[in-house]
Amino acid sequence: MPAISFQSVSKTYPQPRGPKGATFQALDDVSLDIEEGDFFGLLGPNGAGKTTLISILAGLTRATKGKVTVLGSDVREDFAQARRKLGVVPQELVFDPFFNVREALRIQSGYFGVKNNDDWIDELLSSLGLADKAQANMRQLSGGMKRRVLVAQALVHRPPVIVLDEPTAGVDVELRQTLWQFIAKLNKQGHTVLLTTHYLEEAEALCGRIAMLKFGKVVALDSTSALLKASSSNVLRFKLDGDLPTELARRARVTGRIVQVPAPTALDIENYLAAVRQAGLQAQDIEIRRADLEDVFLDVMSGRSDALPMEVQP
Amino acid sequence: MMTGWQTLFYKEVLRFWKVAFQTIAAPVLTAILYLLIFGHVLEDHVKVYNSVGYTSFLLPGLVMMSVLQNAFANSSSSLIQSKIMGNIVFLLLTPLSHWAWYVAYVGSSIARGLLVGLGVFVATVWFARPDFVAPLWIAVFAVLGAALMGTLGVIAGLWAEKFDQLAAFQNFIIMPMTFLSGVFYSIHSLPAFWQGVSHINPFFYMIDGFRYGFFGVSDVSPWLSLTVVGAALLLVTAVTVHLLRTGYKIRS
Repeated sequence: MPAISFQSVSKTYPQPRGPKGATFQALDDVSLDIEEGDFFGLLGPNGAGKTTLISILAGLTRATKGKVTVLGSDVREDFAQARRKLGVVPQELVFDPFFNVREALRIQSGYFGVKNNDDWIDELLSSLGLADKAQANMRQLSGGMKRRVLVAQALVHRPPVIVLDEPTAGVDVELRQTLWQFIAKLNKQGHTVLLTTHYLEEAEALCGRIAMLKFGKVVALDSTSALLKASSSNVLRFKLDGDLPTELARRARVTGRIVQVPAPTALDIENYLAAVRQAGLQAQDIEIRRADLEDVFLDVMSGRSDALPMEVQP
Repeated sequence: MMTGWQTLFYKEVLRFWKVAFQTIAAPVLTAILYLLIFGHVLEDHVKVYNSVGYTSFLLPGLVMMSVLQNAFANSSSSLIQSKIMGNIVFLLLTPLSHWAWYVAYVGSSIARGLLVGLGVFVATVWFARPDFVAPLWIAVFAVLGAALMGTLGVIAGLWAEKFDQLAAFQNFIIMPMTFLSGVFYSIHSLPAFWQGVSHINPFFYMIDGFRYGFFGVSDVSPWLSLTVVGAALLLVTAVTVHLLRTGYKIRS
């Protein structure tokens, strides 16, 4: 039984500012299975439908079509069971200003019917570096601390499936490391993790499997290693003053003076450097590196990825 | 520690209790001012029931008005705050059923309404000594009235998207209906037309039935009031539970 199963899920929203009756299709026939014990990454640019997909899973939004289950429980028909199996860390930094950290966690436990949960709450607090904040009011916490409490709140009922919607957006390095150590530990203990993030090196390091969404559709779905292998395996990187030749500009990723361009063969490398030279420019600090997930992601999103594998859906 | 709806009930009670100065003390002070001013000015001018002085007549009305307004304020303000702050998501992610939501939000509103009502009573009873002819009626109308208003508060809190929409609901529906319900006067002193209008205001029956418990005298039979209040409560409960079940304005 998959931990999470999306079956032909579509979602259309009414378009508030469009002409009457206009709709916006946030998700278009998404099918996706996440197996128990997976550390699964859901990637895509803003507006691709990641949060909508997670909201449907969590019961915050209803799918227009399709079916979603958590460890076999349908999120609509059997919502109570499905939600007990699910711990969701929402993307927005929300909190209840009336309570302190321990109160908030005790209350959240109670909603799930978990009694006398202080031992687990203490463990969560110390694992997330919140032990000295237990009595602090939520209002007094910094953004990073509030984020940690959100994670703890999602885990009070020890859910087998954990969903993190951009948990590291705007978070400092220290918290990111604490958080990932803790989540990786939970994953090792058998928890399934579904993660959305814009930090692709995080996804590459943590996720065993990855799906990429674009305009509400799954455009790539495979193990992280297969995705990396299938992409052009080398990237030529150099610094340049001046405008790139057009031929190269179409393929390259440019960040300030740094140019990165996929170059599968030695001949490609020679050709690219020749093109730069012919344009009367000089490439500096030239290096060749292995393609990373960011290269794959950009390939997929720009539609250059016809060769990329898509697992056959069952 | 409790489970499910009990936790939500506890959390809602804790929420208003932590700001009791604003949620309990302030409405008690308002009611005292009403009693001092209206009671003093009108004591010798307004005759309501033969045997009952005006201040004594006014006291149960003020108690009930405070119960009703605060029951409404509790569920409506809690819901809209959670919606605007976004922390309603913590509840939406739980397995709590719509009935759990209903019982907890309305239950806590009853608790706040009764606490404020008790506060007003204790603070004002020194100015006039009403009788307690039928204490059971007092309790029944206080609880049912608070439940009705707490339920209306849930509807308003779900419907409103901004604080000013909630304020409009309060100022244009709740306030006129409370003031035109006979808190400050017996509707027998009104012209026939306005008597008729008062009879279609459910708030009138809540206040009239509640007052019957003190004096054993009222504008209409307490059984009629009980029927009207009970029917109104069933109706708004059915609407509210439906809204909660379908996730009206909270699940898209």
